[in-house]
Amino acid sequence: MSYRVRLFAVKHSRFFERLYHSVNPAIVGTLRGVNKVFGKKLDRPITAMESGLKGFLFDCKMCGNCALSKTGMSCPMNCPKTIRNGPCGGVRADGMCEVKPEMKCVWVQAWDGAARMKFGDDIKDIEFAIDHRDQGKSTWLRIARGEIAEKVSDRH
Amino acid sequence: MIDIEVPRNPAKVGTNPGDPLPRLEGHVSHGRFEQVLRAGQFAVTTEIAPPDSADPTEVLRRASLFDGYVDAINATDGSGAHCHMSSLAVCAILTRAGYSPILQVSCRDRNRISIQGDTLGAAALGVCSVLCLSGDDVGAGDHPEAKPVFDLDSISLAQTIKIMRDDSQFLSGRKLDLAPRMMIGSSINPFVPPIANRADQLAKKIDSGAEFIQSQYCFDIPMLKDFMAKARDLGLTEKAYIIIGAGVLPSAKTATWMRSNVPGVHIPDELVRRLEQSEKPKLEGRKICAEIMQQVKEIDGVAGVHVMAYRQEKWVGDVVKCSGVLGDRKPWAPEQSFANIAAIT
Ligand code: SF4
Repeated sequence: MSYRVRLFAVKHSRFFERLYHSVNPAIVGTLRGVNKVFGKKLDRPITAMESGLKGFLFDCKMCGNCALSKTGMSCPMNCPKTIRNGPCGGVRADGMCEVKPEMKCVWVQAWDGAARMKFGDDIKDIEFAIDHRDQGKSTWLRIARGEIAEKVSDRH
Repeated sequence: MIDIEVPRNPAKVGTNPGDPLPRLEGHVSHGRFEQVLRAGQFAVTTEIAPPDSADPTEVLRRASLFDGYVDAINATDGSGAHCHMSSLAVCAILTRAGYSPILQVSCRDRNRISIQGDTLGAAALGVCSVLCLSGDDVGAGDHPEAKPVFDLDSISLAQTIKIMRDDSQFLSGRKLDLAPRMMIGSSINPFVPPIANRADQLAKKIDSGAEFIQSQYCFDIPMLKDFMAKARDLGLTEKAYIIIGAGVLPSAKTATWMRSNVPGVHIPDELVRRLEQSEKPKLEGRKICAEIMQQVKEIDGVAGVHVMAYRQEKWVGDVVKCSGVLGDRKPWAPEQSFANIAAIT
């Protein structure tokens, strides 16, 4: 099920990009307020909300460094090699994954999704080696707290 | 304090890891391989199959098969996720005999702590070139039960080594006393999806620090031409030395098997048919390889070929000679040949 939703999200990457750009500032803004008032008290439910929503839509793995808007709405953490600058050289001729032949290559999907997005060229930026300590953290909260920059294109 | 005297014999410059070739102006490494590329020569590289053995002479014996025909030798790093002697050890043995090995680093087996340590170690042992790979999945090998690491990917790996070399620091920011002088390489596979984006992927690899590129097996010249045209349009052939992979296929059966079992290998049907119909398929396979090398050399922006002849290494010299891609140039070979070792075993 979630695999099919994930493919749907990539297919409609343009729509989800627009949604992201309109909703994200609101979420982050709200969380900034929430953070001021409640501090870390609401971290667990907020993280669970993000995980539930993004998990349903994108099979999000909560890496804590969300790159979805730069990867055609295809979550790179679903790549069995967790490649964040993909794809690898093993993609099958029909576009399926080398490791999981029953799954479409996450990165073939990513380039495809990016091609439909307004700021799809962001996929050409290099993702720096990920900090594995952020696994399980909420990207929204981290942006609200200024731990990471908002991943809105500088090509705007 | 003990005074250790390091022997320095000018006649043997380049054969001692502690006494490498002088680094030329504008070069990032001390290596001979970089000198060949930057001089604009058409380079030939190949791959050594690391032995399932602790015997160093076996490494030298295998390398000696290529004497006088190749500019650099890739030492594979657990290719196909199978265990063999490590790439670093093979490279260290080869630099002692004066060869120019290319260290292959796959992200599958080691994290950034281990990889950065090995990078320093390799440089200390005279290794001047490194190829950054993601690596085949463990499921493809003889230890499918192993834990895959994939802490970095091939691009963040190249970036890591570039930071070590150019900024003289670890990824953590901690300073190095002496930076590893290595030419950085990356791989590319223009023959599998997403075909339209493979040149963009190449651009990312170059941005991450790759100065030379070695491609997956090329059996499809029209596809390669399309890819190279895109690479040229993006100006990538000016920014990195692109070396194209050429393979020796021993039979139609192996070709068919490789197509379905080796990740990322694309072999057109005509080639399989040609091997099928040939009376001497082994010879035909070598001919095909030589032809591909010739065609590859004609393509604008290609800096060399990488010959992969798994289990047919003894034919590499022949294929290179037949193809004529070296012209009248003879790549460096050790004075004292290890061919006599080959004769004994
Ligand atoms: S084929 Fe695609 S999804 Fe599969 S391991 Fe390679 S990059 Fe990841």
